[in-house]
Amino acid sequence: MSTPVTPMRPLLEVKALHMHFPIAEGVVARRAVGEVKAVDGVDFTVRKGETLGLVGESGCGKTTTGRCILRLERPTSGEVIFDGIDLAALDRNDLLAFRRRIQVIFQDPYSSLNPRMTVGAIIAEPMKVHGIEPDKAKRTARVRELLSICGLNPRFADHYPHEMSGGQRQRVGIARALALKPEFIVCDEPVSALDVSIQAQIVNLLEDLRAEFGLTYLFIAHDLSVVRHLCQRVAVMYLGRIVEMADCDTLFDTPLHPYTQALLAAVPTPDPTVERGRVFRPVQGEVPSPINPPSGCVFHPRCPIAVPSCARTRPEPREVLPGHVVACSEVNV
Amino acid sequence: MSPLLAIRDLHTEFRSGAGIVRAVDGISYTVDAGETVAIVGESGSGKSVGAMSILRLIPDPPGRIVSGEIRFDGRDLLKLPEDAMRLVRGGDIGMVFQEPMTSLNPVLTIGRQITEVLEQHRNASPSAARARAEELLGLVGISDPRRRLKQYPHQLSGGMRQRIMIAMALACEPKLVIADEPTTALDVTIQAQILELMKQLTQRLNIALIIITHNLGVVARYAQRVNVMYAGRIVESGPAAAIYHDPRHPYTMALLRSVPRLDRPRQARLEPVEGQPPDLTRLDHGCAFRQRCRFAVPACADARPALTGVGEAGHVAACFRAAEIGVETGAAA
Repeated sequence: MSTPVTPMRPLLEVKALHMHFPIAEGVVARRAVGEVKAVDGVDFTVRKGETLGLVGESGCGKTTTGRCILRLERPTSGEVIFDGIDLAALDRNDLLAFRRRIQVIFQDPYSSLNPRMTVGAIIAEPMKVHGIEPDKAKRTARVRELLSICGLNPRFADHYPHEMSGGQRQRVGIARALALKPEFIVCDEPVSALDVSIQAQIVNLLEDLRAEFGLTYLFIAHDLSVVRHLCQRVAVMYLGRIVEMADCDTLFDTPLHPYTQALLAAVPTPDPTVERGRVFRPVQGEVPSPINPPSGCVFHPRCPIAVPSCARTRPEPREVLPGHVVACSEVNV
Repeated sequence: MSPLLAIRDLHTEFRSGAGIVRAVDGISYTVDAGETVAIVGESGSGKSVGAMSILRLIPDPPGRIVSGEIRFDGRDLLKLPEDAMRLVRGGDIGMVFQEPMTSLNPVLTIGRQITEVLEQHRNASPSAARARAEELLGLVGISDPRRRLKQYPHQLSGGMRQRIMIAMALACEPKLVIADEPTTALDVTIQAQILELMKQLTQRLNIALIIITHNLGVVARYAQRVNVMYAGRIVESGPAAAIYHDPRHPYTMALLRSVPRLDRPRQARLEPVEGQPPDLTRLDHGCAFRQRCRFAVPACADARPALTGVGEAGHVAACFRAAEIGVETGAAA
């Protein structure tokens, strides 16, 4: 299933994004001895109303990319253009207006809610900060409305987070993100801390909200099955770079980059008959350190189809088929 | 031939402020020599407590193994004196835990931790223990074992640490290994490597494996038999193929239907298990799943259904309507 192509300007455009964190050493005089290249040249766009999946293993830079878009980090270089304005270049005061339009849902519903605040106060806080609904009675009514939109009984407004289950807490996190009527939501692993039977409830809620409020999502996840279900397009990251990007079914049915292929093969299918019939050889080795990434193509030490030139030249992402971008010199279509 | 492990009517409970939590409420199952059995369930279903009860690793207080029999290799483990039990743990029964960082001692070298096991359990001399430790690291696919033995846990990656845990579990040539969520903390390509390693080693060395997991894909790829747990009880048990293709308990059915699948294009909507898991301090004498069950009838509130045979040999389900439900889903599939 693919979305109709609209010639409109994308809602979000990320261009040549780099986020390098310095590594400091020394007790008295701290000096930089190196840097972690968490995000090392990432380009993508998100169209209005679509869900773009950003997948990869720990340390691939997917969360840092999300934090740069939210401007929780100031990128080392590159542009994050939201609705025509480069957020990476904005200062603190100008950012506030954009923060209303871009919200976030975090992974861990246990640590992302303040245990000393009631659920009602947690959801009302962004409205207070941004000065919308200054009337207390109206704000309370809005909190109750948001709770019921997210499938919770409005009486939960007087409860504390510890009285709720993980799935209920994640609904509170979603209600808080919706409080400012945002256009764009960065969902950073929103279901990975939840039990299997609860995950599906939250996935369905996110889909309903997108349809109802015309939301656009950047969905960051390592669970590929959830991504396949929820996203229209998917970008695969490895060691700070996007190695492949395509529309969802194309990427999962005909992955072209050897890393994407390895990643998909590693996911076991919940069906013993399918599994028994599969010859399975897991990809060797582990993800190298982003402090000292391999030369050339960052995947070449683990890659089954690498040729000598892969160790020297970094392959640039190229569009091998319409809408299908691959960063690998050995892929020919 | 009698099974290697036979658990009969095991009850383990915890005292808490809210009352007595019957974490394991009468479970019975067997594991044959060399067999891989998966225990599947969500948080709070009692899957870990049930496995820890086998090793008598329940913190007392607040926990207590109330009654039951755990017959392992001809002896009832619940009747063994503590010093004999210590020889079983890490000797005849190996353990692999979820979080390798917290289950390894951070101030001892890898080598010391492995040789300690051998010296304690097998009275090995220091030099023999060191030689065996080197051999074990080779067995679990760690290159340059001599250097690794001198390193500390923090110097190794998560996947490497889990390999060390497996080496320690295998050190004394156990008959049974209990692996509690062995790959949940790992990335998907590393998860695949570790599971493949465990499969090969248990097959080659004819070791029985109890694998506790919430991941239905992992179960499908590796287990011969599956026990599904809900609210402290086994609600369905049988050969893996029967559980996946002909589930008879409504909870198993709902669980299988709620997970999105990587190998299929997205369907319209996920079907979550509605509602929340029950409060274990407030279980009544009816079926614990009935509030979330779409097949529930008034009789479900009166008594807890016992495990009864359905379909093929060895397949049992604890549901009054198991027989007719199977017919219904068979027609729908």
